[in-house]
Order: sequence, then structure tokens, then C-alpha cells
Amino acid sequence: MSALTDLSLAEMKAGLDARQFSAVELAQAHLDAMAANRHLNAFIVETPELALAHAKAVDDGKRGGPLAGIPLGIKDLFATDGVQTTAGSKILKGFVPRYESSVTANLLRDGAVFLGKLNMDEFAMGSSNETSAFGRVISPWKAKGSDAELVPGGSSGGSAAAVSARLCAGATGTDTGGSIRQPAAFVGIAGIKPTYGRASRWGTIAFASSLDQAGPMARTVTDCALMLTSMCGFDAKDSTSLEIPVPDYAAGLTGSMKGKRVGIPTEYRLDGMDPEIAALWDQGIAWLKAEGAEIVSVSLPHTKYALPTYYIVAPAEASSNLARYDGVRYGNRVTPAGGNVHDMYAATRAAGFGKEVKRRIMIGTYVLSAGFYDAYYTQAQKVRALIARDFEAAFQKCDVLLTPTAPSPAFAFGAKADPLAMYLNDVFTVPASLAGLPAMSVPAGLSASGLPLGLQIIGRPLDEMGVLDAGLAIERAAGFSARP
Amino acid sequence: MSVDSQTVRKIARLARIAVTDDEVPGLVEQLNGILGWVEQLGEVDTKGVEPMASVMPGNMRWREDVVTDGGIQDKVLANAPDAASGFFAVPKVIE
Repeated sequence: MSALTDLSLAEMKAGLDARQFSAVELAQAHLDAMAANRHLNAFIVETPELALAHAKAVDDGKRGGPLAGIPLGIKDLFATDGVQTTAGSKILKGFVPRYESSVTANLLRDGAVFLGKLNMDEFAMGSSNETSAFGRVISPWKAKGSDAELVPGGSSGGSAAAVSARLCAGATGTDTGGSIRQPAAFVGIAGIKPTYGRASRWGTIAFASSLDQAGPMARTVTDCALMLTSMCGFDAKDSTSLEIPVPDYAAGLTGSMKGKRVGIPTEYRLDGMDPEIAALWDQGIAWLKAEGAEIVSVSLPHTKYALPTYYIVAPAEASSNLARYDGVRYGNRVTPAGGNVHDMYAATRAAGFGKEVKRRIMIGTYVLSAGFYDAYYTQAQKVRALIARDFEAAFQKCDVLLTPTAPSPAFAFGAKADPLAMYLNDVFTVPASLAGLPAMSVPAGLSASGLPLGLQIIGRPLDEMGVLDAGLAIERAAGFSARP
Repeated sequence: MSVDSQTVRKIARLARIAVTDDEVPGLVEQLNGILGWVEQLGEVDTKGVEPMASVMPGNMRWREDVVTDGGIQDKVLANAPDAASGFFAVPKVIE
């Protein structure tokens, strides 16, 4: 038998059920892998005692459920009772929640074993993990013939690196504009963002509330399906939670594309598109066609406005959400000598937030300020409506959309020092976020430099099943077996 | 529209983020770079389009107006940078 850490989540589940190994053995194998890979900086906090205690409870029959004994990493955006939760920010260093987020509570209910908290871009603002206050996460991948360290993508970069390097069976991620899909593509794993409202936002530190959604990241589509069913579900504590039953996605997975119509959005074929990305996309189209899908060309005319819309809406919501970090109720406080309470607020936030977070708070503050609100924020909300309408019209003609996940493979640290260049990396993922649609990235091939490339599937609202089926079809056809 | 150093200081004040004199020119440049780019939204014809605040159609749910938790003062204060006598403590507000 190969190393326990090499098994897929589904294989671990089967092995535990058949008593081929114990949950403690499985947890220990991952804890050892984590200890041997600390140079990746994927974890901010490791919780070995907690993991082994939870695993032992599974072995002793005291904990059970569909994910009993499965070792997971948790993005540091999810509040975990008794375990430091920082959102990758200095302002929350030392913050130990006294409550559990609904998503992680669901996973614990189902028997999962948590290995620790995963590094991320500060408050999920970034596409490379370079904005974390706890140091950058390093991708386990290297380009052929090069020793240069590469970004794991972001913001769920710790999750991506840990799953790819076999430090956990799967990980939670969150996606506001692509933060599950882009890092999944960069490290050759799968990840799905469900329909907005499927996963509760309660206890997940807020970035942009109308966009934030949690989702799983794992090495196979089936593994994502197993985690997704557990993570999702109605929660009265989240006012936007959908009161709709969640299917057993893994049980329903067929991977069949017979009779399905796959839409190819013409506007996603950008001028100057990386030929490797274009070729992979064409290959994906051919794969789905061979599986019996009908390929249709669709138009999403407002695509080019999605990124600027996002960079008004998300910072506006962030400036409001992050107002809570005032040094009063939690988080770190800085009080200048002789300063009053206002000086304390300003000094606390200046010291606690990193450059990118400050930049976005200031943009958000500006676009919401008197005199500019209509020109920026209201206009962005209207364009957002048009972007959502584009998708509605496209889904009259097709069942799912197929696109690349990112415009390039993983890049080097510092390669996108200009904020705008970094923002453009989310060009293919942001539109589905604005429309609240389910979307996933599946590893589909390697670049000439030997780095993973992903394809994205976008589905109708609530059709995670259709997205996962198309994902499985790509996964089977691609036979992606490369590893770092 | 573009921002100058005076506007950047005003935004920083509204956002309750202290900025040093050294930081202002860089922020002016970065914010103008981003604002100049998002301004392309102005070219989209949005006449008669309702602004979309949420992807959720319909109304927000209601719940009974009842107390659902409480009696957890120690948990609430556990992460406070400064707490005294069961309260959050802050620097003097009234002279």
C-alpha cells in the first residue's frame, strides 16, 4: 500500500471503514508530513493534540459520520473554538474565538479531524498569498529546470499548498472572486465554490459579504463532492443562507455529459491569450464533446466590466466589514501616548492592517463617500445586474460553461507587484462570483514548463451537481496524475 | 475623477487609518491607478437597470424577536485588549 497521505479522501474513507488503518494512524501520517514540510509555510497554527484526540475518539467509536477520521486543514478565515483565528492579519494575531463557524461545525459534526489553520492572504485579499502577515506560502511546485519559488495562488494559498503537498486530505477554502478556484488551478487540485447561500457565512470572517462563499479544496472531484455535502446546509444564523435541501453530491456523481450542452463564452477568448491556456481550453472542449456533450457558443457581453465592478463592490463591502477592527472588542490595540479614543482607532488600524488591506479599505471608503457613491458604487451594482443577466441568457442555451480558470500558470513571488496586474489574474473567476453561481476548477494539464493548469466549469444557480459532473468528466479525460 | 493628497488624507481619516506624510504620495498614485481603471464602468449604459445588492432574489427572512443567547459575558470579553469590571475599556473619551 502506498503512503496513507497519498490516498484520496474517498480512499481514506474506504480504508477507515474497512479498518485497514486507524484514524490515529491517518492523522499521525499527516502530522508527520506537515512537520516535514514547514518550509511551505502552509499552516499558521498546527493542532496535533487536538487532531489526535479527535482521531482517537473516531477509533473509539465516540465520533462518527460521513467524514469520520478524515484529516482536514482549515483556512484561517473560519472561526474555530479555542484555536487562534487570524484571517492572515496581524490585527487578529492571538485572537482565539469562543465559538465555531457553522461550516467547520458541520465538518466536525460529520466526524472530520482538524489538523490546523491554513495560511492565507490577509482578510482573503490577494491572489498570491503574498499579503499574509504570517509570511508567504510557497507552492510545492517548481517549474521544470528552475529552482525559483512560485506562488500557490490566493487567497486560499495555504489550503492549496497543503492539499497539493499531501499534508491534508482536503481543506476548506473561501472564494470571493476566485480564491478557491485560482489557487486550486495553480497547484493542480480541484476546488468548488457553491452557489451563494449554500454554505453558511456565520463565523467565517467577512471580506465582501455579498460575494463570500466557503467551499472545499481536494485532490479529486469526488473528494470535493464529499466535503461539499458536509459543509453546505441551511443556517438560521446567516440571513442569506438558502433554506433548500443539499443533495448527497458524491452519491449523485455520474460524470455523464450525454445530452448536456456546454457553453463556450466567446468573450473569454481574450486578445493575447496565452497559447497554452487556449490550447488547454480547446482540449477540454474536445474532451466534453467526446463524452457526448453538445458544444454551443454563448456570449457574455459584459465580461470586460466584471473586474472593475468587482473592485468597486468588494472594497466597498470590505471597508464596511473591516470597520469592526477598532481595537476595542478583540484584536490588537495600539494607543499612542496621550492619545484619545480616535487616535487609538487610527493607530490600531494603521499598525494592524497590511498595505493591500488598507488600499482596499480606502478605495471602498472613497467609492461609498458622499458625492461619489452614485458614480461608483450604484453604477457598479447596476453593471453587476447586467453581468448576472448575461449568465441567465447564456444558460437558456446551455447547462454549464467551460472556461480556463486562470490566464497563466503560477507565477514567481514579486512578479505582480502592481496591484492592477494582480487583480487581472482573476479575470475568469470574478464574473461567476458577481452572479453568485457555482463554479469549480479541475486540474486538466501541465504547461510546457511543467506547471499545473486548470479548467473552470460554471453552473446554473444551485446546480452544483451539474458542475461536479462536468468536473468529473474533465478529470477522467485529463487523467491528471502529475504531482509536485 | 482623481484624488489628490488632501483627498487621500480625508479618506484615511474617514477610514480611521493613520497615514504618515511619507505614505501619502504612494497612496495617491495607487488609488488613482485603481480609480482610473474602474472608471471604464461609466461607459456602460445602465439606464433603467436596478442596482443589484444581492444575488438572492426575494426578501430577507424574518425570525421571532426573542433572545437567542446571552449569559456569556466572559466569552464576549475574553479577546478584549482591555477589559475592566465586566466592560470593554477604552482610552478616555470625555475630558
